[in-house]
Amino acid sequence: MRKYVPKDNVQAKSYYTDRYHVVPSTPREDVSSDEVFAKQLETLKEKVEVIRAEIQLGQMIVEINHQDNFKALEVLKNECDYAMLSEMSAVDYLAKDGNFEVFYQMLNIKDVKRMRLVMRIEQGLAVESAVPLYKSANFAEREMFDMFGIVANNHPFMKRILMPDDWEGHPLLKTYPLQGDEFASWYEVDKIFGKDAREAIGPENRDPSRIDRYDTKRFSRVGYEVQFGEDISAGETKTKIEYSKTFLVDYQQADGVKPAEDRK
Amino acid sequence: MAQHQVNYASAGGLPVALTTVDHLINWGRSNSLWPLTYGLACCAIEMMAAGASRYDFDRMGTIFRASPRQSDVMILAGTLSKKHSEFARRLYDQMTEPKWVISMGSCANTGGMFNTYATVQGVDRIIPVDIYLPGCAPRPETLQYAMMMLQKKIRRESANMKNNTKQNLRLI
Repeated sequence: MRKYVPKDNVQAKSYYTDRYHVVPSTPREDVSSDEVFAKQLETLKEKVEVIRAEIQLGQMIVEINHQDNFKALEVLKNECDYAMLSEMSAVDYLAKDGNFEVFYQMLNIKDVKRMRLVMRIEQGLAVESAVPLYKSANFAEREMFDMFGIVANNHPFMKRILMPDDWEGHPLLKTYPLQGDEFASWYEVDKIFGKDAREAIGPENRDPSRIDRYDTKRFSRVGYEVQFGEDISAGETKTKIEYSKTFLVDYQQADGVKPAEDRK
Repeated sequence: MAQHQVNYASAGGLPVALTTVDHLINWGRSNSLWPLTYGLACCAIEMMAAGASRYDFDRMGTIFRASPRQSDVMILAGTLSKKHSEFARRLYDQMTEPKWVISMGSCANTGGMFNTYATVQGVDRIIPVDIYLPGCAPRPETLQYAMMMLQKKIRRESANMKNNTKQNLRLI
């Protein structure tokens, strides 16, 4: 018998999944397996509380409490030679764990080592800005605020960086629809013409292959051609399809192309 | 005698050519279309190529201007983001009448592949468009063809812009 598949959400799933496929997990090693990392972790542990520490793909991952982020970054910069903050942002785990993961990806040029400082933070709480330590945190924290709504305290210019200043919502949240919410879909119309123009302009067409059966301005049916902009809601008349004379010529017929000797 | 020259003999030997004011004005307008230098995304590269020596817009009297006050064609070349839409509309408003708009490429026409929250789904939501130019990105020849189609359209129109109907009057 065929396996029963629920039909209500069949579109949301991949059409083929391998029953025996096991998602490979990243191998995790103990920090003591690397001398440099072990020494750095000891230095870090003296100053801040470390929740979790491991090595993945040659990079040390250290999880701390979110209150300690500035202190930990200070130690990593001044005592562990992590001179560069390559990237910092957040990951939305609100649905899964009820919080965000904020990460700081750092590079040590002296020892050629990379490490990631991660911390979990509840929605609505703010992080301490890393701008006094790393200049690259300036735009990164503004982007984190823009995309997730996580504010960085003591940031010199806490303002949206990608979206307009008057935008509502934070687009990289998992709850934000890809095609935009009500505010997003009318943003340009509201801003330029005002809310009164919504009715005249109409909603966005999100289906690129949409064909309006009664739109004679942009579409015409073969064999049912009408004048531009004509109202065809009551039906249209059939017109004869005329094919090009350059091909499909019946040479046997009397009114077709005459044989060569007759044309002399 | 070349065909385009006036045949003086047909006008009683007088150096006279009869025409209408509409024809005369549209002849001038259509042969000196000055587009606004306004590239939004990768289509702008093709637009630049069309203006440069190989495709050479200048020979059609099409000279890119850096100010909306001096231009009469707006080529929206690329993805229009919602953040930028108000500035695009402002530039359009700053152009003097008569003015025409070419929507260049899939993104400007319909939003294209950017079916997202941040992209305007077709610039005709904010600006009345005369020519929709398909392609991703359209080649410079295509833009030249669009410009020639626009010239044809202008020559067909009345010189008094109030007599011309546009497809989406609601926005003008």
